[in-house]
Amino acid sequence: MTYEPPHAGDDRTPSDPEDAADQPLDTMAASDAVRDEVRMDLSGGGVSATTAGGLWRTAGREIIRKKSAIIGMALLSVLLILAVFAPIIAPYDPNQVLFDQGVSPRDPPCIHLFGCDEEKSQHILGIDGNGRDYFSRIVYGARVSLLAAFVAVLFAMFWGTIVGLIAGFFGGWADNVLMRIMDVLLSFPSLLLAIAVVTVLGPGLINAILAIAIVTIPQYARIVRSSVLSIREQEYVAADQALGVGRWRLLAHRIFPNTLTPLIVIATLGIATAVLEIASLSFLGLGVQPPTPEWGSMLAAERNQVFTAPHLVFFAGLMIMWNVLGFNLLGDGLRDAIDPRLGR
Amino acid sequence: MTASPNGGPILEIRDLETYFFTRDGVVKAVDGVDLTVGKGEIVGLVGESGCGKSVTSMSILRLIQNPGEIVDGEIYFHGEDLLKVSEKEMRSIRGDRISMIFQQPVGSLNPVFTAGSQISEVYEIHEDIKGKEGFKSAVDMLTKVGIPDPERRAKSYPHELSGGMAQRVMIAMALAAGPELLIADEPTTALDVTIQAQIIDLLADIRNDLGTSIILITHDLGIVAEIADRVAVMYAGEIVEEAATKTLFADPQHPYTKGLIGSIPVAGSRREWLDVIPGRVPNLIDLPTGCRFAPRCRAREEAGLTICTEQRPELRMTESGHTVRCFLYEDGAT
Repeated sequence: MTYEPPHAGDDRTPSDPEDAADQPLDTMAASDAVRDEVRMDLSGGGVSATTAGGLWRTAGREIIRKKSAIIGMALLSVLLILAVFAPIIAPYDPNQVLFDQGVSPRDPPCIHLFGCDEEKSQHILGIDGNGRDYFSRIVYGARVSLLAAFVAVLFAMFWGTIVGLIAGFFGGWADNVLMRIMDVLLSFPSLLLAIAVVTVLGPGLINAILAIAIVTIPQYARIVRSSVLSIREQEYVAADQALGVGRWRLLAHRIFPNTLTPLIVIATLGIATAVLEIASLSFLGLGVQPPTPEWGSMLAAERNQVFTAPHLVFFAGLMIMWNVLGFNLLGDGLRDAIDPRLGR
Repeated sequence: MTASPNGGPILEIRDLETYFFTRDGVVKAVDGVDLTVGKGEIVGLVGESGCGKSVTSMSILRLIQNPGEIVDGEIYFHGEDLLKVSEKEMRSIRGDRISMIFQQPVGSLNPVFTAGSQISEVYEIHEDIKGKEGFKSAVDMLTKVGIPDPERRAKSYPHELSGGMAQRVMIAMALAAGPELLIADEPTTALDVTIQAQIIDLLADIRNDLGTSIILITHDLGIVAEIADRVAVMYAGEIVEEAATKTLFADPQHPYTKGLIGSIPVAGSRREWLDVIPGRVPNLIDLPTGCRFAPRCRAREEAGLTICTEQRPELRMTESGHTVRCFLYEDGAT
């Protein structure tokens, strides 16, 4: 017998080791008593160690300290409010032609507060080439832009995750086949591939979303696969197997949750790209079709009037930039908050 | 060979061979291991790093990954050969009837789940206990393994636990379904000495209270001396000596065992140098012909035996319950 174990409850025991050694150790009952004592010591609050709470709570705390993330969230909440409350905020139906209300095409902004003639009706961002209230169209455009980007990213994330999980977990030929397909997808310039997909499927919002999703699947597949490869070698996976956790359960309940962190960061940044690509496709006339208000197509419609009616190009472009900037800032902040390597 | 205190063996490994087929050649990690574990018995499996202890334990659970493969042998668990049952049956045995705990306590817990949810998942898989009831069982289990403030700890994430606590959580997970056999693979190596003592104590309590048999894998002879009933010493993929703990420490026979015991520093005594076993563990791809320990064996040189480099010695019983794989104890030799 080399040890004289104090048989106390825990290594954070505040009690003096000599005290513990004096305790009777012969019977279980006695050692239980020691344990109870220790337990009381701990609950007494002397050692209120770490507060319970997960990675997300820590990340949440971290992210509100990041200026860039706060700015990103502020930018995005403006857009979100615009999108959700569009019918309340927008003064006109975005598709309503207002020629009968005394406006002419491409009227500059008219704001009564800034000295616009009270006789004229107020259009704070002016009138577009078809006599519609530009501000209302910008507001409704937030809906299309956000929704399309979200759906595209969710779709890509879903399939990318499935491909990545299977490729990473099962390896072998499944890995080879799936990842080679992903490599092929990645080898195209993304916008070009999206244009090709839309050309095949036909223009329209749904097809544009689908095209962008398909093009971005490989990004998510790669991220997930590489996480799975490293997680698969972790000891807790071996431990789970030793406890009788089956393959699918291991994959879905154990490995997948551990891949979420990088996935969410990439997805946030991915939304920014998706916003841009939806706008690009619409600009080219392959995405959202008129008269649906969408920033990219609005930009395209008035691009020749950039010198005569700059407001019609400026604000649509500004909104796209606003949206992309918001997601990029938030994504960066999120990455910093979640990634422990980037210093606390 | 079975020196189990009460009843027959629950686990009997016969001539287990687990090889790894690597690009450089076949690594004979486990090469003909026999081991018996009785009910409620603690068997220590001792040896240097890379001698095949862990591979033996992973073989019992059939968790050998590519390029490893169990080539030959039988592993009888309650008379049923585990190497012949289906993967599905095997999965229901893992964690339910045979459990395992690992060396890295914090690393063995999934970082994104709370301690409580990981324990209750074992209940969900094996006992079909879910939800609140599962959580309650988890808290009960944490209480049993001596975790202070179990309610709060059940809601803690692994990174909030110390090494000792994480190991207790791991033990709670392993014990949740009430296994008959617990394989503890270096359960204390990553912990500091005082916590080691507590965990060792806990394992002894588990055996005494629940009658769980334990295979304790370690390279620390001190731990084995403390709680094991019987010790098997492994060297280069085979068992070289096996005896009751007391016997082994009082009368070690194999030169390797002697070397191991001799190389432990004794607290308080001041020596110029510690006894060292010369040489290194042989490459498991290119094993020496004859006795695997022969190249490092001083006793062989002293006795002037030549057979050691020519033939592989058999495990031979020298007295009741004491077997040794060495030509020094063959008939004729001393």
